[in-house]
Amino acid sequence: MVQSLNRLKESPSQTAGPYVHIGLTPNFSGISGVIARDLGDEMVNDKTLGERIGIRARVLDGTGTPLKDALVEIWQADSAGLYNSPTEIRGTADPNFTGWGRKATDMTTGECLFQSIKPGRVPYKPGVLMAPHVSFWIVARGINLGLNTRMYFADEEAANAEDPVLARIEHRVRVPTLIAERQGDAYVFDIHLQGEKETVFFDI
Amino acid sequence: MSAETKHPPEIGAFFQRDRSWHPRGLTPDYKTSVLRSPEKALLSLDNTISEITGPVFGHGILGALDNDLIHNFAKPGESAIGERIIVYGRVLDERGNGVPGALLEFWQANAGGRYRHKKEGYIAALDPNFGGCGRTITDEDGAYAFRTIRPGAYPWPNGVNDWRPAHIHFSVFGHGFAQRLITQMYFEGDPMIWQCPIVRTIPDKAAVEMLVAALDMQATIPMDARAYKFDIVLRGRRSSVFENRLEGN
Ligand SMILES: [Fe+2]
Repeated sequence: MVQSLNRLKESPSQTAGPYVHIGLTPNFSGISGVIARDLGDEMVNDKTLGERIGIRARVLDGTGTPLKDALVEIWQADSAGLYNSPTEIRGTADPNFTGWGRKATDMTTGECLFQSIKPGRVPYKPGVLMAPHVSFWIVARGINLGLNTRMYFADEEAANAEDPVLARIEHRVRVPTLIAERQGDAYVFDIHLQGEKETVFFDI
Repeated sequence: MSAETKHPPEIGAFFQRDRSWHPRGLTPDYKTSVLRSPEKALLSLDNTISEITGPVFGHGILGALDNDLIHNFAKPGESAIGERIIVYGRVLDERGNGVPGALLEFWQANAGGRYRHKKEGYIAALDPNFGGCGRTITDEDGAYAFRTIRPGAYPWPNGVNDWRPAHIHFSVFGHGFAQRLITQMYFEGDPMIWQCPIVRTIPDKAAVEMLVAALDMQATIPMDARAYKFDIVLRGRRSSVFENRLEGN
């Protein structure tokens, strides 16, 4: 025998199920009067610094059908590349930008829309910057453990070309699954759970 | 958003997730997973600052009844129907440290097993005084508690006769986006647990047992509410003084 490392195991995940909206977006689900406003509903206010953008996301299953019962959360840096988080110790982020958003996908169209700002670049390690990106976390009925991925911006070609995370994708044909095109005021990001266009998901 | 911890934040990367402990994505006995599970290998990524950081929520977001599902949807002077229970415990990390300031959100069916949701089709009655959602934030030691009614078991469309054991859904935020977790709490002694295709997506019996809350008669309030203890463990952080730090660290 040797000494014990005294570590605990992480609680195992279980699916968010079909009624995740009751808990995480109660007002969206029609339960009013319990909490004033769904958490993560608004990321920006009038004073937020940076270029205003929309992020239009869908999650599609193996048949190409959009999920109408998914819940999507995003996490991103402010326009200067700082996170609004106590574990951000490089500086103080824009207090008028939460950096975190949460939306249920529409029960008819399967789409969700975040009103946000274009994030700045953040370091991968000292001296190496990542391209601007938005972290995604996706849960739904049928998803046993929340899925992690990232959205990059099609109009950041030079930064994307030197991004150390995108560079780690062995099959280059899959890189575009992480890159959102701009359509009007919004970037459009389709997340494919399966199939030829399967999005690159991360084990973070 | 504000940190409510007195100690300087830990900023290390998180331990690698043990994906053989969690359910796999593809679990055919839970049919919906078949078309919703990625088929290709995940890209392993040692945490960058994008994963190490995460939103933290202050106690100021909480309303007085957010942790009381018996009353937070009920008409004044009335209360939800069902067995009154208190659920309490701690949020810990894999190193055994309490996680202060962790936001917990929970949702559940009513005592008859019926959810208050547009897409819910079960014939059990709605309780006009039960909404089924609540939230709380852990204290300095990572401790939390809330009051609710024990939810009922309910049938669901998977096999022709599949029933969920009584359960409460939990969503948990730690201090980093990579700690984000959704899970479910089950109740000690419920024979339905071991028959459930969703529970059985978890490969290891010891892992399932982490999700079974223990009846605690010592924490029970006499003539009022029984107590169930449910601890939750989030990923731990590496904490080595010899590790390279990001710029500015
Ligand atoms: Fe449920």
